[in-house]
Amino acid sequence: MNSTEFLYAAYIATWLIHGLYIGMLVRRNSRLRQQMKDLNKSGK
Amino acid sequence: MKRAFPILAVVTAILLAYAFYEAIWVAPMERTMGDVQRIFYYHVPSAWTAFLLFFVNLVASVIYLVRRNPRADAVALVSAEVGVVFCTIVLVTGPIWARPVWGIWWTWDIRLTTTLVLWLIYVSYLVLRRFSESSQTPKLAAVLAIFGALDVPLVYFSIWFFRTQHPQPVIGGGGSIDPRMLHVLLINWLAFSCLALVFSWARYRLELLQREVEEAESLQSLRGVPQ
Amino acid sequence: MSLMRSITWATLAKDIRLEWRSKDALNSMLFFSLLVVVIFSFSFDPNAEESREIAGGLIWVAFLFAAVVALNQTWARELRNQVLDAYRVSPAPATALFVAKALGNFILVSVLEALMAPLFMIFYNLRALGAAWQLIPVAILGTWALVVNGTFFAAMSLRTRSREIMLPLLLFPISIPAVQSMVEATRIILSGDGAARFWIVLLLTYDMVFTTACLALFETVLQAE
Repeated sequence: MNSTEFLYAAYIATWLIHGLYIGMLVRRNSRLRQQMKDLNKSGK
Repeated sequence: MKRAFPILAVVTAILLAYAFYEAIWVAPMERTMGDVQRIFYYHVPSAWTAFLLFFVNLVASVIYLVRRNPRADAVALVSAEVGVVFCTIVLVTGPIWARPVWGIWWTWDIRLTTTLVLWLIYVSYLVLRRFSESSQTPKLAAVLAIFGALDVPLVYFSIWFFRTQHPQPVIGGGGSIDPRMLHVLLINWLAFSCLALVFSWARYRLELLQREVEEAESLQSLRGVPQ
Repeated sequence: MSLMRSITWATLAKDIRLEWRSKDALNSMLFFSLLVVVIFSFSFDPNAEESREIAGGLIWVAFLFAAVVALNQTWARELRNQVLDAYRVSPAPATALFVAKALGNFILVSVLEALMAPLFMIFYNLRALGAAWQLIPVAILGTWALVVNGTFFAAMSLRTRSREIMLPLLLFPISIPAVQSMVEATRIILSGDGAARFWIVLLLTYDMVFTTACLALFETVLQAE
């Protein structure tokens, strides 16, 4: 049935959105850790 | 405590894979809709999770207004953000499901419409948090969360009555559910709840780190250290 | 209680007097309201049968835009002259200030609506086929619903980037049940098809819930600026 494509679309969309969010978390985490390192260095 | 997070993440991944398997292969085929109905196993748990997260936000906001505990504020922010993620999924999977089954992308289905309004309220909440330059943003955000919570029952009633005047299709169907389907639904709900927990935990730690960095930055500028 | 009333009255009278003396803001808002009606009339052909059906919605969307324009400048004067700081340190109850501001906005928006409504009726050849008197409670309750939350969110938006866009961003989602009620009630009254009572009651409920919330939480918002 043609509608199975919609099933794939829904599941892929779900994982895409979750993936984007995880990506955002990872990127912000590394940026903050870098900032923290820089601050510690200049503070010392 | 530090080791618990990776363990939780791995357990969640396993649960999600298992839940996916159950949804696609084990759950029985729905009589009228066919395979497309399996979207249900992602659509409904995401909705429950989003509503739960928004409820957490409401509680945390009230606690913050009463106690001014900064951790409560961090919880409020985190639960709002993760809630919007899951809410977005509900709004995306809903129309994708509706289109092949009922021939329309959207309808003033009461649950979907209430979800849309909740999404709008919480996106505006996140925008306020990002755009506000007051030092008291957490208080303002908490007040907005309360306004949002007061609004939801009114939204529900207005759509409910609107639908009695203008009959519309019901997305997602009502009525009783096959126990085997219920089983798969609950497994997916467990898996997505764990995912929400993983997200929230990670985001919470991120938020604490962010506040640490901001504090360190302002301390340094106070001491006059060249940046 | 009479302290509150005298403060409220004094603040409201001051606002009206100031607004009346410099009619600039009022005139530009009136012109804006007129423009909105004309644009709508061009966009939604008034002769088409369908337009008469959606006239209720059109009017309220137009009112909504006019209200946002009026609300956006509601605290501007206070900000410019550090009046809010003075209010914060004074023993005057914050609710008095809020009620005065909300009433002032209510009057202002009502003036705009009083201009736009007849224009709509002219352009769209509107006649109320139902109980026309019911339009009055709908107008009063509906306007109050927009104004009470609008005044509150305008205060919340004071210290945000892009203050002007922040107000509608906060106001519109929360106002959805109220707007739906206003539009549906107006549609029913104009077309004479059905009873608007449920929507009027829902509007009344909305107004009571949010007026209470605004009064209870305005102090928090005022202190937070």
